Amino acid sequence: MNTSDDKVLVPLARIAHARSGDKADWVDFGLFARNQAGWRLIEREVTAARVQAHFAPWLPGEVLLWPLPRLLALKLVLKDALQGGGARNLRHDNLGKAMAGALLRMEVAVTQAELDEAQQSPTVAWWP
Amino acid sequence: MTSVRIGAGLGFYGDHWEPVAASIERGQLQFVASDHLAELTLAILQKDRQRDPALGYARDVVPLLLRLWPLMQARGVRFVCNAGGLNPVGAAQAVQAALQARGLKARIAVVAGDDVLPRLQDPAQGFHHLFHGGHVDGVRERLVFANAYLGAAPIVRALEGGADIVITGRVADAALFLGPLVHALGWGLRDASSPADWGRLAQGLTVGHLLECSGQGSGGNFGSQGWWQRIPDLARIGYPIAEVWEDGSALITKAPETGGLVNFDTVRQQLLYEVHDPHAYHSPDVVLDMGQIELRDEGQHRVHLSGAQGSAPGPQLKVVAGYRDGYKAEVSWGFSWPDAWDKAQAAQAMIRAELARRRVPHDELFVEYPGLNAAHGPLAPLPDAEALNGLNEIWTRLVLRTPDRAAAEGFGRLFPWLALSGPAFTSGFSGLHGASELLGIWPTLVDRVSVEAGVTLDWLEAGP
Repeated sequence: MNTSDDKVLVPLARIAHARSGDKADWVDFGLFARNQAGWRLIEREVTAARVQAHFAPWLPGEVLLWPLPRLLALKLVLKDALQGGGARNLRHDNLGKAMAGALLRMEVAVTQAELDEAQQSPTVAWWP
Repeated sequence: MTSVRIGAGLGFYGDHWEPVAASIERGQLQFVASDHLAELTLAILQKDRQRDPALGYARDVVPLLLRLWPLMQARGVRFVCNAGGLNPVGAAQAVQAALQARGLKARIAVVAGDDVLPRLQDPAQGFHHLFHGGHVDGVRERLVFANAYLGAAPIVRALEGGADIVITGRVADAALFLGPLVHALGWGLRDASSPADWGRLAQGLTVGHLLECSGQGSGGNFGSQGWWQRIPDLARIGYPIAEVWEDGSALITKAPETGGLVNFDTVRQQLLYEVHDPHAYHSPDVVLDMGQIELRDEGQHRVHLSGAQGSAPGPQLKVVAGYRDGYKAEVSWGFSWPDAWDKAQAAQAMIRAELARRRVPHDELFVEYPGLNAAHGPLAPLPDAEALNGLNEIWTRLVLRTPDRAAAEGFGRLFPWLALSGPAFTSGFSGLHGASELLGIWPTLVDRVSVEAGVTLDWLEAGP
């Protein structure tokens, strides 16, 4: 039976957006909540250790994290992620531009009520 | 209170400049600043310079200015760019000649002095890797370029000297924007001392960072599921424009009647792009702390920026150097249903056997499957073996990493015989010819005072 405290696993893409970039061999990410309700979930669920575990089967580098509550955002860095850097990386995505998508695949545990609130509350941003 | 409007030019060597024309025509600008140099661009320019010593700059600056300079000149807009790359004087001469041939007039300033390769080649000096601390000795013999990131000061001097067009080599990307702001708003740069002084520079640096990637600051490359589709008319995107006031407060916007989106979401994605510690974003002019930054969304493509805090930069400048690091050769091909996955694996095994039989020297044969997992590796869930064999087609991309140029050049020729003698239904083979050199990147630090003492400002005049 589903009680209101049961957690569901949802990919971050449901409650957040993200961009990745490169500097030498490190990939960095901005991860953004759309509203305060989403921010509370991201702040609680997305830790450096969990992001590191998420990427570890592919890229086992260390993860650094800085919360920026005024921007409802996390700044993350994944070290040693580009085979030594974009100009020696053999992958199609040699600069890690698609890696933000891989971050948005990460699953977080939230209740259905929390998910509903994060998805249904208005966005802070103005959208036409 | 005085304000100034500055527009984003290109975000990289190869970017599109029609959106810049829209900003000039309808954005009420005083300045355009254009960033042609990503971290790796100097590697491309270095190859150009090896072929022809007159090259080594971002060649798109010439057709760009032939299109945009008449629009800018008519409106009194001034242009700052780092298209000089490894050869700022060469870039300026090419621009001068091209403008002159069209009968166009301009006063061009050239900033040089960022090349620090001789210092890194000097065995008496250390130059440890900024990330892992390694000693440069291991790569010193293979260095091909090394450039320090200069700050806004020489750009300010060029504008004070009446430059219409400023062409630099490597400068901090955001300094291309900070320079015009310091010049137009009368901010202290070298004499900054109070928290308010540093705060204004930090705001200016933030503006530069928001504009230096062209369309990424106004709705392009908006990483999201189900939201990017709502961004209007990317085909006619307007690059971001900033209006900045004397006290440092700023508005991010774009030209009327353009596509794209300037809002809290698109602007903050760019704010954190390619930033590491957001409380210490280093530049040659100011160290930026983003922790108190506030982006207030006013709607209608207007985002107000405040709260950037700054402090004095250190006694060193960042350097990015590149060194030769072997070769790669890449091949791709497809196999169609039925059994596409198993056939791709069987063909790959034949190639691996050839590499072993011929004793081709290599460090690595890297394999990925575009369409299945090239973007996210093992984080992209794959179907099971039966489902994989039921797919319509499987594409394989094989990349050889080798220290041996001949091995890289011969890699593609290991493949064609499989068309008749390998598994069935292959097509789309590419990569028969061609190897390319790989470059390692070596970020490090260099003493600021001695580099800045060697920075030069030269003048060229184009005119009828």
